[in-house]
Amino acid sequence: MTTDLTRASAADLADLLSRGETSSVEVTTALLDRTEAVDGDVHAYLHVDRDGALASARDVDERRGRGEDLHRLAGIPIAVKDVMATKGLPTTCGSKILEGWIPPYDATVVSRLKHAGMPILGKTNMDEFAMGSSTEHSAYGPTRNPWDLDRIPGGSGGGSSAVVASFQAPLAIGTDTGGSIRQPAAVTGTVGTKPTYGGVSRYGLVALASSLDQAGPCTRTVLDAALLHEVIGGHDPMDSTSIDAPVPAVVEAARRADVSGMRIGIVRELTGEGFQPGVRARFDESVQHLVDAGAEVVEVSCPSFTAALAAYYLILPSEASSNLAKFDAMRFGLRVLPEGVDDPSAEQVMAATRDAGFGDEVKRRIILGTYALSSGYYDAYYGSAQKVRRLIADDFTRAFETADVLVSPTAPTTAFRFGDKLDDPMAMYLNDIATIPANLAGVPGMSVPSGLADEDGLPAGFQILAPAAKDERLYAVGAALEQRLLSSWGGPLLDRAPELSTAGTTTKGA
Amino acid sequence: MSATTTDAVISYDEVLERYDPVMGLEVHVELGTLTKMFCGCATEFGAEPNSQVCPVCLGLPGALPVVNEKAVESAIRIGLALNCEIAQWCRFARKNYFYPDMPKNFQTSQYDEPIAFEGFLEVDLDDGTTYRVEIERAHMEEDTGKSLHVGGSTGRIHGATHSLVDYNRAGIPLIEIVTKPLRGAGERAPEIARAYVAALRDLLKALDVSDVKMEQGSMRCDVNLSLMPKGTDALGTRSETKNVNSLRSVERAVRYEMCRHGAILDGGGRVVQETRHWHEDTGVTTSGREKSDADDYRYFPEPDLVPVAPTRETVEALRGTLPEPPAQRRKRLQSDWGFADLEMRDVINAGLLELIGETVEAGATPAGARKWWSGEIARRANAAAVDVSTYAAEHAITPAQVVELESLVTSGRLNDSMARQVLEGVLDGEGTPTTVADARGLQLVQDDSALEAAVDEVIAANADVAQKVRDGKVQAAGALIGQVMKAMKGQADAGKARELILAKLTP
Ligand SMILES: [Zn+2]
Repeated sequence: MTTDLTRASAADLADLLSRGETSSVEVTTALLDRTEAVDGDVHAYLHVDRDGALASARDVDERRGRGEDLHRLAGIPIAVKDVMATKGLPTTCGSKILEGWIPPYDATVVSRLKHAGMPILGKTNMDEFAMGSSTEHSAYGPTRNPWDLDRIPGGSGGGSSAVVASFQAPLAIGTDTGGSIRQPAAVTGTVGTKPTYGGVSRYGLVALASSLDQAGPCTRTVLDAALLHEVIGGHDPMDSTSIDAPVPAVVEAARRADVSGMRIGIVRELTGEGFQPGVRARFDESVQHLVDAGAEVVEVSCPSFTAALAAYYLILPSEASSNLAKFDAMRFGLRVLPEGVDDPSAEQVMAATRDAGFGDEVKRRIILGTYALSSGYYDAYYGSAQKVRRLIADDFTRAFETADVLVSPTAPTTAFRFGDKLDDPMAMYLNDIATIPANLAGVPGMSVPSGLADEDGLPAGFQILAPAAKDERLYAVGAALEQRLLSSWGGPLLDRAPELSTAGTTTKGA
Repeated sequence: MSATTTDAVISYDEVLERYDPVMGLEVHVELGTLTKMFCGCATEFGAEPNSQVCPVCLGLPGALPVVNEKAVESAIRIGLALNCEIAQWCRFARKNYFYPDMPKNFQTSQYDEPIAFEGFLEVDLDDGTTYRVEIERAHMEEDTGKSLHVGGSTGRIHGATHSLVDYNRAGIPLIEIVTKPLRGAGERAPEIARAYVAALRDLLKALDVSDVKMEQGSMRCDVNLSLMPKGTDALGTRSETKNVNSLRSVERAVRYEMCRHGAILDGGGRVVQETRHWHEDTGVTTSGREKSDADDYRYFPEPDLVPVAPTRETVEALRGTLPEPPAQRRKRLQSDWGFADLEMRDVINAGLLELIGETVEAGATPAGARKWWSGEIARRANAAAVDVSTYAAEHAITPAQVVELESLVTSGRLNDSMARQVLEGVLDGEGTPTTVADARGLQLVQDDSALEAAVDEVIAANADVAQKVRDGKVQAAGALIGQVMKAMKGQADAGKARELILAKLTP
């Protein structure tokens, strides 16, 4: 058999498995071997569970052998962002404060993956507690972009996008609070979906900002994203904010890839200045492809989007400052005793642990949020931000009266170099300017690769946004665009990425 | 170790001469739901430490709360019973502060959107009047865990070598009921405080939403108190006395704080806004944590929960499940039972209402039920310093047995003094009234000839008394009856003896 199992899509692997042309053990082994060969350079994983993944692969193979009725994705391995609680597997959220913590329970997303019979390969790297756009804020060192090892893979879910882009897994779970699935997808030439808020259970997702967080698929194809979306989506009684309705027909929409008669709204505020020319060029091309596929283009204005970043950086830190209070050394995780204190109090241990265990960006946001919620400032900061949030939701509502989906470049630029924005939080935050409005309004969004920017030859992303609970529209548009782009490129974009060194060393690639 | 204090106090009369108390009461009630407020863990009291916990109530990373619908129902019923308005839409909020026994380092509570608000409770006072306590709000929240300080001699954090935390209590549903500031209560402030907490306890018991055991902490009272110099309406600085856990302590704590504040103000000092700890043994409060307006809990709406929005239909349906209000029920029972005001008040103050009610329901006459419960049983309970129902439960005396005792008298088998002996036997654990009567051979003599002979003997031996009766002084027959009963060694029906004596001495 000639198929490279590491490069095959999940949909293709599912076919091979169901026809008995390969086994889950074979696929899982190939991926784990690939990880051994390339992840020293990429550093997409924080933890690889070879034994666990192979055991579950063997189990699925046996059940298939007995003729059991299996889930469509049974036997297809997956990587999970380290922000999801996995029973018996370390879960650090990229933070020292959770080093060594082994959750006693599975996140709902994880138990759904297990229930579907999908071997979990390991836990992927991320910015600490999902705060960042580059993975440079991981306490365990950054992940490198497979397209250029000197560049960021996006963030916070850079590990999940890189693991998929470097063919270490066909599928990964990401989480998106302000773009952490979509922006990494854009800069690594992969696909990522942030479902409608409440579409995928947050139970077991270590909260950054509860009202913004949403887990979703990271894949190489739109159909794979839909297949994974279907596995993890749907109501969960353990999450009060979970939507009690069937998962939108995302797989069907991805297969039909039909945009004829669809109104595509270009958001004026998300296409102007500040976008790299090459990113902008690929965006314009993509819009043209959709027009060629039968869509109609309209321009919409969402004036409140310009205040989205400001509102986001008040709401997120406010919620985060409270969500992260539980990391106090009392019941789990790191415990640091204060130096030079003979008989420390619980409060002193808490303070010493939080000082040692949290990185600078986390502390920055905890301080911001604590300030924004303080009495006397609450109305001016948190209160005003909530008003802006409502205005943004209103903008979406109005825009969706004239357009079925909205589109923009996913991120203003292609992957930047390590360190470029590390000392300038504002520049880092601006990366998420196009992705944040969807989180504030709770609407679904997707990033699909739109090609390589002419000036640097790096991937750019095309963002699609749909009304809440209309996630299937993302897949219709994403799949239609993917089809046309693939034929114009003559193959997947990732085929153009440089070969990674498979020496298994930790030296940087050329 | 009992707390000592150097706080000066002035006499209660002096306080009342110069100041008016302003009082606010915050009562926390643990709901008796089977599961916790935001997870499915059991809520059983006294279970093995940390045996009733899960990722949610331990605040493990990633865990999320889900509202216990039963707790919301209880909250609404409590609100309705307190004559409150019920919010059509309200949210939970996070109250942020660090404390080792609070797993998430925030308490999921309600802040400016309580489930119930603007109500009142009519409270019966000892003199038979009622006082209306205005209720500001009743809101839902979760309880914290419990710290156990090990290694010191006092069980307090001071001197302990380490602390253990039991999270079984973390996440148990609480309702906090807050009164408006009560003004103008004057000298009755301590009594009103106690009567309010008692009335609230009765109401919650009648609603069957909590076991309201103050000694186990399922009902806890915080007393906020300040003094206003007479003739002004300038509110003073208040102190907040925490966890006052018996009715008597509520009354004493209010009184003590009034005397303490009075001493400070008399001396030209300033009352410190602070938390005070109540010491049951010494009857004083001591300073706890100083509070200031800078105390900032950074409340914000709980993003992990959706708003609580009970429909009007739901609220009305719950209103239909409310029991008769205790005050109204007491009035009805008093008229059903034919008790005088004073009798009824004694019954209530002695905590006998429920026992008498059950006994009447089981077949006793109201007067009989009252006589037995408030007599020997109450006397013994008092001597043992426990309330009557506790004493009854410990000594296996039940309403059914009181009914049995009464029927032994009405059937003519026992007279009153015999019945008293039987009751003593029952309370001493000798068995049911009939068993005790049998075992002690207590039985009225049914043979009239023996009684008649005794009557004749007594008349003959007390000719002067007999003559008085013949002369029309019927009350003098009492002395003769006593002699007859003595001769019969108590085993006779005194009514019958009287009948015979009068038949022989009067035309
Ligand atoms: Zn629990």
